[in-house]
Amino acid sequence: MLSALLVFTLLGLAFGAVLGFAAVRFQVQGDPMVDKIDAILPQTQCGQCGFPGCRPYATAIAKDEADINRCPPGGETAVVALADLLGKPAKPLAAENAKAKTYVVIDEERCIGCTKCIQACPVDAIVGAAKHMHTVIKELCTGCDLCIEPCPVDCIHTREHITTTETWKWPAPTTQIEYREAS
Amino acid sequence: MLPWHKQHRFPGGVHPPGYKSMSTGQTIKSIPLPETLYLPLRQHAGQSAQVIIAAGEHVRKGQLLAKPAEPISAPIHAPTSGVIREIVPHPVPHPSGLSAPCIVLDVDGQDTSAKMHTVQTLASAFNTHELIQCIHDAGIVGLGGAAFPAAVKINPSTGHHIDTLLINGAECEPYITCDDMLMQTEADRIWQGIHLLCRILKPRQCVLAIEDNKVLAIAAMRRALQLFRQVFGCAIHLQVVPTLYPTGGEKQLIKRVTGREVPSGKLPLHAGVVCQNVATAKAIADAIIDGTPLLSRLITVTGEGIRAPGNYRVLLGTPIHHLIRECGGLISSTVSLTMGGPMMGMPLHSTDVPVIKGMNCLLVRTIETKPRQVMACIRCGQCARACPMSLLPQQLYRYARANEFDKATRYSLKDCIECGCCEYVCPSHIPLVQYYRFAKAEIRSQHQEKHKADLARQRHERKQQRIEAEQARRQQKQRRPAVETENNSVES
Repeated sequence: MLSALLVFTLLGLAFGAVLGFAAVRFQVQGDPMVDKIDAILPQTQCGQCGFPGCRPYATAIAKDEADINRCPPGGETAVVALADLLGKPAKPLAAENAKAKTYVVIDEERCIGCTKCIQACPVDAIVGAAKHMHTVIKELCTGCDLCIEPCPVDCIHTREHITTTETWKWPAPTTQIEYREAS
Repeated sequence: MLPWHKQHRFPGGVHPPGYKSMSTGQTIKSIPLPETLYLPLRQHAGQSAQVIIAAGEHVRKGQLLAKPAEPISAPIHAPTSGVIREIVPHPVPHPSGLSAPCIVLDVDGQDTSAKMHTVQTLASAFNTHELIQCIHDAGIVGLGGAAFPAAVKINPSTGHHIDTLLINGAECEPYITCDDMLMQTEADRIWQGIHLLCRILKPRQCVLAIEDNKVLAIAAMRRALQLFRQVFGCAIHLQVVPTLYPTGGEKQLIKRVTGREVPSGKLPLHAGVVCQNVATAKAIADAIIDGTPLLSRLITVTGEGIRAPGNYRVLLGTPIHHLIRECGGLISSTVSLTMGGPMMGMPLHSTDVPVIKGMNCLLVRTIETKPRQVMACIRCGQCARACPMSLLPQQLYRYARANEFDKATRYSLKDCIECGCCEYVCPSHIPLVQYYRFAKAEIRSQHQEKHKADLARQRHERKQQRIEAEQARRQQKQRRPAVETENNSVES
């Protein structure tokens, strides 16, 4: 009886020491979950989820303060990936967040070179200098539309991506499988 | 028997009916000049070519119209003389049926040639680099269907040791006979091209592989080889391989002839082999010996839906409707058009599309009145037995259908060559290849999105850092003058 008590006490102390050591030695700075969630998000920094960027949204998801279906640029794929990661059921994109993928163009005739859009762009996709014409680098534009609001002359417009032979994708086969009744 | 004559086998394969005699009955005819040519800027694997001429310009036959973009591309030449009307989007042979930028050339009918450098006397003096440059400048791409720029494939600067040059004359796909006819009629030219390829690659051995159903082609090539054997500096063989689809697939032919397997995700040159089609070899001979760029190609127009099936020499850019008219027209108005053969071909949605470099066959078939009923997978496993890449088509189908692309990737979906063997044997008529193409496209686009997101994240973080650094500097600047004035007051 006594020996059993002694053994378990010792074991408890030993494991406690190991765990205590590990907690100090292998402590992780920050929440690794936030990084994992952030890696799934499309990094448009658009704020359409209601948070000021992808990382804040990821932090909110990790803390279970936000739903996983609020990211329109990520679309269904991001929702499914997040659901997989967090062990939650996947759900359709929140209606107020659903939107097709776009990019913006600057009407270069009307641009006055105020640099306001350059400051607003979260991914530095707009080039130009003060009092000089600005332009958007299409390949880098994430379609967040954050530059449209600050423009004083309303010369920034949203465009939808046009499918070309190079961006076209094979669609899923539409054939329905027919089940014949056994006769 | 020599070691390379040992019969190696690749797994799987099927024996679809050939229908080859339909188009081998008559000699090769040239299609008369059409009124207008449409030359897509992207007729090859890689980047679109860049236009160097302007609308309204008069061009001559063989004149350069578009120069290749880096790193993988091919130039485009004027197939005949005429005036450039415009450069606009026009329907191109693509499964989407979408339009892509094309050079529209109004043919003047004169067919006047640009001054071409006749290099016949010089060809033998060319060094390896000059030969490759010549092939590159002639816009030659793989004419078997994949249209990969030939000069890139044979460039020895990759650092891999090439010991075998494999010339593909298998032409395993049903209906198609253009390589067969080319070997029958242009055997000398093909050997000249092969000789030039040997000069570039300096392989230990060179093998021309032909399927045993092309008796006349084998005889013609063998006859011509007697004349050429002396000029080759390496061992040269004409190997007759048994008819089995897809023997003409690059990886399958390499396995069949050399017994080597191309590792997953690698290229034939990693196995020490370069593979070129017979038509490509012929085009290389034309380019180097005559100085003629790739302006036309041999194309099989065949199928139950066309009046005069056969092989035709067609200028690149010729609209399909012109080609069909010259081949006697369609038998009925309800036909399906396919670029390539019935196993791997791409559907065409319009007769306005032009002939491009990689189009080896125009298959015109009458539409079946009752489409085949697609039924559920019964897990019979026939597809796995037929797969020449030793994949598990059934598993891949399930994962593609359920959008489980990571699992499909794990089951080596990217090794699928889309040969259609699994679909051919499937008793439930499931469009398996379509599922694989869909899954592959999704995986590719996910990768691209991922890459774009990573880039955006990086740029966003950099911007944040920059703003913070800027703020810190500003604060410091504000603080420093205050400190300085304090010091001054103490001193005084």
